[in-house]
Amino acid sequence: MSQQILEGLAAIVNEVAGVPVADVQLDKSFIDDLDIDSLSMVEVVIAAEDKWGVKIPDSEVKNLKTVGDAVTFISANSK
Amino acid sequence: MTRQVVVTGLGMTTPVGGDAPSSWRAILAGEPGIARIDEPWTHDQPSKIAGIMAVDPASCLAPHEARRLDRSQQAALVAAREAWADAGAPEIDPDRLGAVVATGMGGLISLISSYDLLLERGASRISPHMVTMIMPNGSAAHVGLEIGARAGVHTPVSACASGAEAVSYAARMIQEGRADVVVAGGTEAVIHPITMAGFAAMRALSTRNDDPAAASRPYDIDRDGFVMGEGAGIMVLESAEFAAARGAKIYGVYGGSGLTSDGHHIAQPDPEGRGATRAIAGALSDAGLSTGDIVHVNAHATSTPQGDIAESAAIVAALGSHTGNVAVTGTKSMTGHLLGGAGAVESIFTVLALRDRLVPPTANLHNLDPQINLDIVAGAPRPLPAGDIAALNNSFGFGGHDVALVFRSA
Repeated sequence: MSQQILEGLAAIVNEVAGVPVADVQLDKSFIDDLDIDSLSMVEVVIAAEDKWGVKIPDSEVKNLKTVGDAVTFISANSK
Repeated sequence: MTRQVVVTGLGMTTPVGGDAPSSWRAILAGEPGIARIDEPWTHDQPSKIAGIMAVDPASCLAPHEARRLDRSQQAALVAAREAWADAGAPEIDPDRLGAVVATGMGGLISLISSYDLLLERGASRISPHMVTMIMPNGSAAHVGLEIGARAGVHTPVSACASGAEAVSYAARMIQEGRADVVVAGGTEAVIHPITMAGFAAMRALSTRNDDPAAASRPYDIDRDGFVMGEGAGIMVLESAEFAAARGAKIYGVYGGSGLTSDGHHIAQPDPEGRGATRAIAGALSDAGLSTGDIVHVNAHATSTPQGDIAESAAIVAALGSHTGNVAVTGTKSMTGHLLGGAGAVESIFTVLALRDRLVPPTANLHNLDPQINLDIVAGAPRPLPAGDIAALNNSFGFGGHDVALVFRSA
């Protein structure tokens, strides 16, 4: 499950920000490692919500510092 | 003594070509880029034809770039990258580098698409890039970011005169010493049922739907309106000293500009073209030239019944007895009307005509309207004389905006 979410998330990050899929690893920080700005992060959230049917509130987004944080949140909350 | 401004790089994406060289080849060959709009929404549109960009600008960009840009911004960025590379990507202090990119309507289509999405899926689905996609200064800002411009980024908005106004504004930045290099031009991409319906409601569009390539026919007695186009034109302007110091190739020299307003009607031209006459005279004066120095006019020539006559009257009034020595062309006969992009694209055609000493033909001119008292180039390109020559580019916009630009041979 987590591997599938990681792959899906990598595809989204690639599409939104042009980051190579292979660079999107669990330990990578969206801001510091992948250079995802706050606007692109909103796009990632919208795409992830659509893909996995989760709701990611703004209050939660700031806790999703790494790709692994996002994968954990999505796998715990997706329907 | 104002600083001399030269043109050192060209870029465009138009209905006749995906870059400046291919667009210019098509224009010299007299090949219109107008076609039937292949969309179901045209069924109740009076005008079902347009000049769609020959190469989709999104296909020239990385997917993550294209998704955060309005189509007009995509076109501007594609043209700006071409122009910047063509100029040799000048090494310059960013504080001395500017960008001026005009548009008539900005990211209108992105706004409409976003509203459609909002109605369909709700507020939470709106892209965080929507605001920067619709703001009229978005193209200038993205081009400015691309090259790292810090001397100033600006967006004149004057409907179909916008692109020409941008060139004038950019040249002033250099003349006044604010910048040494300015990337300047205009862009537009608003082919959509709502805009087509709006221009059609004004009875401004050609309805020659059965023969799209022949629909835009400036000066022809059977013209019936303009044809909507889309695309962008960008040129790199720089001070002559800066260009000389880095050994840049020079396409031509910016001469001067004249900017006036009609004070007549919100959308109709002054029938006598008085504002346009004053703009042309102002441009000649600004360039320090006399009427006899002009050998070519790239006219606004949208193919509307009244507009072409008013401009003809203005050219005759401004150039007087020299009018007969001037080779006039209307390149919208091939590109359609690029609205806020038109003045920039046609400035580039004017510069290329001076460089190649060849005036492109006006396509579809078979029976000259007897009210047009100009020497219109038709059928084949016409050579221009050797020596120092100069040319005019006219652009007028709804709202009564008149802009004339003068360029000189290098």
